[in-house]
Amino acid sequence: MRNRGIVLLKVAVFLGCLGPLAYLLWGYHADDLGANPIEVITHTTGRTTLVFLLITLSITPLRSLSRQPWLIRLRRMLGLFAFFYGCLHFTTYIWLDQFFDWANMVKDVQKRPFITAGFTGFVLMIPLALTSTGWAVRKLGGKRWQWLHRLIYLSATAGVIHFLWLVKKDISEPLIYAGVLALLLLYRIGAWGIPALKARRARLTESAP
Amino acid sequence: MLIKKPEDIRSSEITDQKLYLNRRKFILGASVAGAALAAGVLVRELSSPAPAGANAKLGFSKSPLSTSEKQTPFKDITNYNNYYEFGTDKYSPAAEAKNFRTRPWTVKVEGEVKKPKILDIDAILKLAPLEERVYRLRCVEGWSMVIPWVGFPLSAFINACEPTAKAKYLELTTLHDPKQMPGQNSGVLDWPYVEGLRMDEAMHPLAILAVGLYGETLPNQDGAPLRLVVPWKYGFKSVKAIVKARFTEKQPVNTWNIAAPSEYGFYSNVNPQVDHPRWSQAKERRIGEFFKRDTLMFNGYGDQVARLYAGMDLRKNF
Repeated sequence: MRNRGIVLLKVAVFLGCLGPLAYLLWGYHADDLGANPIEVITHTTGRTTLVFLLITLSITPLRSLSRQPWLIRLRRMLGLFAFFYGCLHFTTYIWLDQFFDWANMVKDVQKRPFITAGFTGFVLMIPLALTSTGWAVRKLGGKRWQWLHRLIYLSATAGVIHFLWLVKKDISEPLIYAGVLALLLLYRIGAWGIPALKARRARLTESAP
Repeated sequence: MLIKKPEDIRSSEITDQKLYLNRRKFILGASVAGAALAAGVLVRELSSPAPAGANAKLGFSKSPLSTSEKQTPFKDITNYNNYYEFGTDKYSPAAEAKNFRTRPWTVKVEGEVKKPKILDIDAILKLAPLEERVYRLRCVEGWSMVIPWVGFPLSAFINACEPTAKAKYLELTTLHDPKQMPGQNSGVLDWPYVEGLRMDEAMHPLAILAVGLYGETLPNQDGAPLRLVVPWKYGFKSVKAIVKARFTEKQPVNTWNIAAPSEYGFYSNVNPQVDHPRWSQAKERRIGEFFKRDTLMFNGYGDQVARLYAGMDLRKNF
């Protein structure tokens, strides 16, 4: 794809990524978020965070499976949107849900496994957002930067666990997220593991007498 | 199917009708395939609200047992429901229960009774004069409402059942009809839904069978034609669309207790000191309010019901 095309696409994707926020703002404005608006805001920002984490994780498999290398140029923006919605979700919890009851929140993070998991997932995104600039990549060096950014696997896993642990009974929706995440992680295992195995076997046959 | 429409529809109901509840669900499309477009994962589902004014007006008297707190709007009580027989989403019962048939309807009476029998809903409605009871309802999920129920004391129904001296518990069962209740096609709970009370709890004057709310026949999504209301217990104890009453010597096993024994006990009294294993029960959000409020022991009905549990360890008997 040509550069100009990518720039236009990036603008379009950026606007699309603001969709969930626009929905919430409009819904709030129009008093259209149902009987329990704070619940809707909490769930929408949380789901959107997870969706963006999974979309970000799907860029690598997508670009190699479809042989469209330019897709990588969307990844940083998508990852930052995951962080953006994570921040909104976290703010919703602190402000709308708990209303700055710090003592209770500290207890929550320690006592409630689903909140511990969610909090972990969020905190793990912070270094990734901070080192998302080209400058940080150069400063850290590609290899180290790449290793750091594998934290997204942990972050997304924590996010899915957070979802699984919070639902009352019907776990069908969190299971969809868990399934997609499992596929995306399996792809990585395959992508790293299979060439590594082949190389090892090649070495072994070479050294065999 | 015929739906009776009264001539005189209050203007307040007409305003309700124009309200549409939108819910948005985020569906992860064809997993990875749809990933490139963020907007593509957002699917907007529209669901129309419950038809207000489709229910018949009821005659009733006011009760001194009512609270004077601000009542939750009709549209919230009839659109934000936990009724897994019609789906696990809060807004699906209003849509899925629209054509639920509440006539003909009978309640089977069995177990420790003088004589097993079948009571017709219209006979049940004549057991006692109808009263309006404005009660707080506290859901185990941490939200609450104030609902103007119309009903009659559960004790009047029990007396009509003529339980024997052996009857220590009352077990109530919801209709099992997956054709009408699509949620029963899923295995999310063991169907049919069963709940139980100790006899002294069931005979307590605060426990009622509700047949209406806001002065009209109970909307289907709220448990029509006949549901239990036990205001000092978490909402899930108040079983809906009752078709069977069984009196037993042994403590019945209730549906949520089967689903998650460590999370939902038999008693399930509202208790801010005993947390749900996964979340706190100290506070609640009253629907329509921004700030959370403190949850009250026995949902604020302690003066009337605490004596039922004198000497019991409520941490163990959660």
